[in-house]
Amino acid sequence: MKKLTKGNVALCEGAIAAGLKSYFGYPITPQNEIPAYLSRKMVELGRVFIQAESEIAAANMVLGAAVTGVRAMTSSSSPGISLKQEAISYMAGMEVPAIIVNVQRGGPGLGNISGSQSDYFQAVKGGGHGDYKIIVVSPNSAQEMYETAYDAFDLAEKYRIPVMILADGITGQMMEPVDFNKPERKDFIKQDWVLDGAKNREPRSIKSLLMGEGALEQHNIKLQQKYNNIIENEVKYELYTIEDADVILIAHGISSRIAKSAVKLARKNGVKAGLLRPKTLWPFPSKIVNSIAKSSLNFLVVELNHGQMIEDVKLAVNGRSNVEFLGKAGGGLVTEQEILEKIKHIIVG
Amino acid sequence: MEKILSKPQSLKDTVLSYCPGCGHGVIHRLVAECIDELGVREKTIAVAPVGCAVFAYDYFNFDVTEAPHGRPPAVATGIKRTNPDKFVFTYQGDGDIAAIGMAETIHAANRGENISIIFVNNANYGMTGGQMAPTTLIGQVTETTPFGKDAKREGYPIKLCELLSTLEGTTYLERVAIHNPQNIIKAKAAIKKAFQYQIDGKGFSLVEVISNCPVNWRMTPLNSVKWIEETFIKFFPLGLVKDNVEI
Amino acid sequence: MPTIKINSEKCKGCGLCIKACPKQCVAFSKQFNKAGYHWAVLEKEDTCIGCGFCYMACPDICIEVYR
Repeated sequence: MKKLTKGNVALCEGAIAAGLKSYFGYPITPQNEIPAYLSRKMVELGRVFIQAESEIAAANMVLGAAVTGVRAMTSSSSPGISLKQEAISYMAGMEVPAIIVNVQRGGPGLGNISGSQSDYFQAVKGGGHGDYKIIVVSPNSAQEMYETAYDAFDLAEKYRIPVMILADGITGQMMEPVDFNKPERKDFIKQDWVLDGAKNREPRSIKSLLMGEGALEQHNIKLQQKYNNIIENEVKYELYTIEDADVILIAHGISSRIAKSAVKLARKNGVKAGLLRPKTLWPFPSKIVNSIAKSSLNFLVVELNHGQMIEDVKLAVNGRSNVEFLGKAGGGLVTEQEILEKIKHIIVG
Repeated sequence: MEKILSKPQSLKDTVLSYCPGCGHGVIHRLVAECIDELGVREKTIAVAPVGCAVFAYDYFNFDVTEAPHGRPPAVATGIKRTNPDKFVFTYQGDGDIAAIGMAETIHAANRGENISIIFVNNANYGMTGGQMAPTTLIGQVTETTPFGKDAKREGYPIKLCELLSTLEGTTYLERVAIHNPQNIIKAKAAIKKAFQYQIDGKGFSLVEVISNCPVNWRMTPLNSVKWIEETFIKFFPLGLVKDNVEI
Repeated sequence: MPTIKINSEKCKGCGLCIKACPKQCVAFSKQFNKAGYHWAVLEKEDTCIGCGFCYMACPDICIEVYR
């Protein structure tokens, strides 16, 4: 049976079902439902909840829990995510699995509390210092907030990598029917790298500092191999009526919901439109974009920013299709009608 | 004839990278001896700082994680709350604990986290070449106070134990020094008490260890321990600051 | 008879054990070790009481005490 649920709360339920043992947070709108909901739920379940003194501390508490192999999560919104980048870079270097949720708001700076997709670059291009990647997933509904949170931990542990759930204020705040259909995860296999006390084994250390000659170079090569492995195996996307399309919209998260409606509207108006929706932003679905690019096809990238994901689309297209952009930042949503007008403009020229 | 004193099991058999005469080696040994004597080596998860002790995992013979500069109290919080049966301590320098990590320090203390902190106060940033620390004394010359630390420009040395003593969450705070065997014996007793309090679930303990940094102080090892005696501990008085268990 | 053993290769010649010894029986060697330090040696073997002060003061944990 489905239950009407806020996206932020659905995310909490997904994480809890996945065996979230510890959550460390800090208040910031529009993600406040997450710490508020977990402050009650985690305590009732006998699990760990801490409202930290800062985003920096919260992310480092996640690091501490995660080095012991415990499922740990933190959440925030854009300015808070900037503060978490220190720990994210360390966790990437230390190869620690953890979940970071960004319910994006408008920026730059303090910006405002409306939904936004302005942190795409920060999420997929590194965010912190050093040559690293984290897996970035983009849910577009309350149901997917639940499901991505549930799946994120296995993904993080499989590759020993931080996973960011890049949501937005609208997906976080919107109430939708959610089917809480995932089984409660209970049994976890103890990983052979975790810190749990050097009993009947040699001591372990988890670190990103590698001062030995060539050690850091080797570590970076190993990280890149891991990233290539993720690119090969973990790309996820959704396709909608692209086969005969003259214009393919590319949008993720909340924008993809609007874009899908716009595609339907366009088809009603006799325009063959389609949608490619990346579900993973890193790894980006470059292969599929590249394989469908051709001179007779137009791409229209729709984002709640002034053009970020479009750069990855252009890299994938590699000049073989026309790539157009429609976006807004700072509060307003792109409407179906605006997208339709843009599509018509592209077709007519 | 019986061997009565030698390297504790909780230290690896390796050459320490510290400068000749540096106090870190003594403090490492005291920590390792206490862990051996309390029998908690196999359930220890330590948090290493950024600073001279950044390589602590190469020396300690138990599990150690890295933490970003200043964040060990937050990292230790994450470890201990999710693993209350493990023995968790941080090893931090003055810049780490009282400058960049002051917020993490105060809030871990205020929450009364059941962890132990070994705070090595040597009045400068050693690893980066001897810059001013929050505990640098007034008038002390460092790489970034070439005219001597001036309270009007740089502020005052922070007495961390006294600062934390006002927080209800703190259980045990003591300042010790390691400039001679008598004080080293006292320092060990303080570290052992802090560790025992954690084992007994008594809450947050911090032992501030006044230590020497001969190279960055531009002194011989012998002059550096003399400077502790004659100058350093005049400003940072040794002794118990707070003990909620044995009042 | 109490005595100490000093690991000549681990010793960095800081001299803190020499200062700590209440019987003044530790001194610097005349030779250099591989790292280039005059390491500490037990010069007056008969005077050592095995008190362990040198062990306590040694920052390189290179002294063992026998009694």
